Amino acid sequence: MDFDQARYARDDRYEPLLSEKNAAREEIDDSPLPDELTRDAVELPGLSEPELARHYTRLSQMNWSVESGPYPLGSCTMKYNPSFTEDVAADPNAAIHPDRSPRTSQGTLELLYELQDYLARIGGMDAVTLQPPAGAAGEFTGILVAKAYHESNGDDRSEVVIPASAHGTNFASAAMAGYDVVELPSGDDGRVDMEALDAALSEDTAALMLTNPNTVGLFERDIVEIAEMVHDVGGLLYYDGANLNALLGRGRPGDMGFDIMHYNVHKTFATPHGGGGPGAGPVGVVSELEPFLPNPRVREKGGNYRLEDAEDSIGKVHGYTGNWFVLVKAYAYIARLGDAGLSDASAKAVLNANYLAEQLDYEVPYEPFHHEFAATAGDRDAADVAKRMLDYGVHPPTTKWPEFVPEAMLTEPTEIENRDSLDDLAHAFNAAMADSDEELENAPSRTTARRIDQVGAARDPQLSWQALDDE
Amino acid sequence: MTRGSPYAPHTEAETAAMLDAVGAADEESLFDIPEDVRFDGEFGLEERSERDATTLLSSTLAKNKKLTEFLGRGHHSHYVPSLVNDLSRRSEFLTSYTQYQPEITQGFLQVLFEYQSMLVELTGLPVANCSMYDAATALAEAARLSNRVRQASGHRILVPEILHDGKRSVLDNYVAGTDLTVETYPMDDGNVDVDALSDLADDEVSMVYAENPTVRGTIEERLTEIGELADEVDALFCLGTDIVALGLLQEPASVGADVVVGEAGALGMPNAYGMGLGLFATREEFLRQVPGRLVGASEDAGGKRAYTLTLQTREQHIRKERATSNICTNQAWVALRTAMHVAYLGPDGLVDLAKQCVTDAESLAAELSELRGVRAPVHDRHHFREFVVHTDQPAKAIASDLESEGFAVHVVSEHKLQVCVSDLNAPKVDQLVAAFEEVL
Ligand SMILES: Cc1ncc(COP(=O)(O)O)c(C=O)c1O
Repeated sequence: MDFDQARYARDDRYEPLLSEKNAAREEIDDSPLPDELTRDAVELPGLSEPELARHYTRLSQMNWSVESGPYPLGSCTMKYNPSFTEDVAADPNAAIHPDRSPRTSQGTLELLYELQDYLARIGGMDAVTLQPPAGAAGEFTGILVAKAYHESNGDDRSEVVIPASAHGTNFASAAMAGYDVVELPSGDDGRVDMEALDAALSEDTAALMLTNPNTVGLFERDIVEIAEMVHDVGGLLYYDGANLNALLGRGRPGDMGFDIMHYNVHKTFATPHGGGGPGAGPVGVVSELEPFLPNPRVREKGGNYRLEDAEDSIGKVHGYTGNWFVLVKAYAYIARLGDAGLSDASAKAVLNANYLAEQLDYEVPYEPFHHEFAATAGDRDAADVAKRMLDYGVHPPTTKWPEFVPEAMLTEPTEIENRDSLDDLAHAFNAAMADSDEELENAPSRTTARRIDQVGAARDPQLSWQALDDE
Repeated sequence: MTRGSPYAPHTEAETAAMLDAVGAADEESLFDIPEDVRFDGEFGLEERSERDATTLLSSTLAKNKKLTEFLGRGHHSHYVPSLVNDLSRRSEFLTSYTQYQPEITQGFLQVLFEYQSMLVELTGLPVANCSMYDAATALAEAARLSNRVRQASGHRILVPEILHDGKRSVLDNYVAGTDLTVETYPMDDGNVDVDALSDLADDEVSMVYAENPTVRGTIEERLTEIGELADEVDALFCLGTDIVALGLLQEPASVGADVVVGEAGALGMPNAYGMGLGLFATREEFLRQVPGRLVGASEDAGGKRAYTLTLQTREQHIRKERATSNICTNQAWVALRTAMHVAYLGPDGLVDLAKQCVTDAESLAAELSELRGVRAPVHDRHHFREFVVHTDQPAKAIASDLESEGFAVHVVSEHKLQVCVSDLNAPKVDQLVAAFEEVL
């Protein structure tokens, strides 16, 4: 495929900043407030609507997205975001204030209640909160729930055990909740090393955080035994739901012995998270942990929905009910797909990953993988290969992570690609690998910008138009 | 057509050929899941056509009563221009993700850079991140920041006794894993009781938090003193606000704010059942301790200015348990909408909107005060968007009767209501006043 990304450029920049197009200043006079309570002036861009329309349209053209082409970022599950969910969320009846009485917000409460139920079924959990606004917030919530549970038993535990291959948020979330992190080295087969796990677990273990399949797509086959080991020392087993797209209809964390899990709604349930968010990270738990979930809970009685605070709850992890519009879209997605669609999504996601890997001239050290795989760039620099892939009109995979795979290229095509587009993707992988070192180092050249100086950006931070060196 | 995901494009023949290519007999054999934890695939969830799914949702949402909301207390919205709805939905924006490959995502990076710049202008502080989840988590992150940069100085966080419950609870949870303790200081007629705060402030304090406007809509008059007070005990001064208020009220940097947090989703979003956009800005000095993503300007190999995520060594994917925060997925697309809305308003539009928040609240309070058994505003202060109303009759009963008339207001206590007015409900204030008269 021949590819050139849109590029609006002039002189030493691409599309000028809003402030460069027209900076305006409004003095604050005729204020209804005394002078000492107001600022003097506001300086912001002052552009007309047509100018703004063109500005943002051009910027959008200089941005890659799922609807532009393959976006196989491993661990990120970049699926197609169905258009109709946008229309559904734009329903004026959805645009309500959170402090309305339950009597006047029955529609919202019913939707939340049903989504809790959908998610509970999908994860095999007994109770779900929708409050956490992203996966990491879900982890933090789940670990706080674990902490509250242990404390309620008069049990003071200080450690959370996490495999080295886990996502960075797992470590950060456990630490934020005040735990010491015990890092578990990966086993030779890429899975949990049972001996190392045995050594790491103790009476101090509050929880073990795992994702399954793990971050190279391998199913933790010893999961039942792992759960037993964790439970034997009185710990809880936490499921990082980022990889749930591999399991829909084939396995449920609740059935594997997990006590707590978060769902990455913006991954598995296809809600758009343009530019980096918003997401949603609902948390499911087994019934024993339900009393500790965040307040308020949505309850139902005789078709009437209400909000209820529980005494033992950890309190709140978001000012209100989380990312409401994201939850609406997730509900719409699940209501559209049902059992058959969800199961098929996983089947095709796993098929696509396997098919793609088969077409690559790369070693994939760990098998059998599911919805994603970690190829290795071998003696090439994975980041350079990725930059070169851009020139072939695809987004590259996640690079250099997880770290135990040398020069990792963690690839997750999701179910949305057909064979032709997987072949295009494979071509991009293989062509980039076959290109010379020089071609790799000079890449990309077909994207809006050429290779960007990251070191310079960090050495001399310019974080606003006010701070630009060239002003 | 086979039953399955409508968003998986495979034909049966294609599936068969692909299975063949990987040497698998069927899809199931690709799953390496032991029998004892296999699931049979029956969630009991129905599949629907797009149209039926849409109908299901819209009929469920239609159960929300049509009300004119005079509600605020931390969640606000203003008229969102069509330009924002239209352009933010461009799929190149909507269906992208974090800019791990900046060369191919310049568009969104520039939007976020512009968003940061707008906050820098409005707060007067030189560093703004490109989003936190909401105002509550932004406040909580500020407390954790104070713990990192003021470790030597203390562990007490002082917050107003009148604070939104959600903010307080989130703050408590975010500091639970630290040695920080949260304590309240008294308020005086809606605003900070500066003398009482002064008595409470000592060397053990690491952060003083105040809001402008407060949760009751009052405008603070002694921010500079609060800032100095915090400074004297070597504590951070964290100021909570919202993006519209920033367009008119005292510039946070000018009153000595070290961190500014609050709700930026008051522009760009309709009422969203509490979904927000946490704004977070701070001083240069704390740059390397900031939570969340930062977009910076740099240069590409062709010598042109280009944008990239930067200072990532603060973040969880590199620093793991020593990261400044666990945040990864953030509220970037909401920030895009907010930036578009600010750009649409321009400085004159923003200032006008903010002035209207003052005058509309003032005139509605005056009108309500004309009614028998009603006094507003309760606090003898200037107000922004909202104010507390005293009612001789029980507030709850009045609110409930108003609800039957099609209006929603807050109940603050036994004889206090709170009413919030913005450009969205302003055309209906006469009807609200009439309804008040009716139900009193
Ligand atoms: C394996 C894994 N865990 C956790 C997370 C964190 O989720 P979020 O980005 O929604 O906070 C991610 C996402 O990036 C992930 O890939």
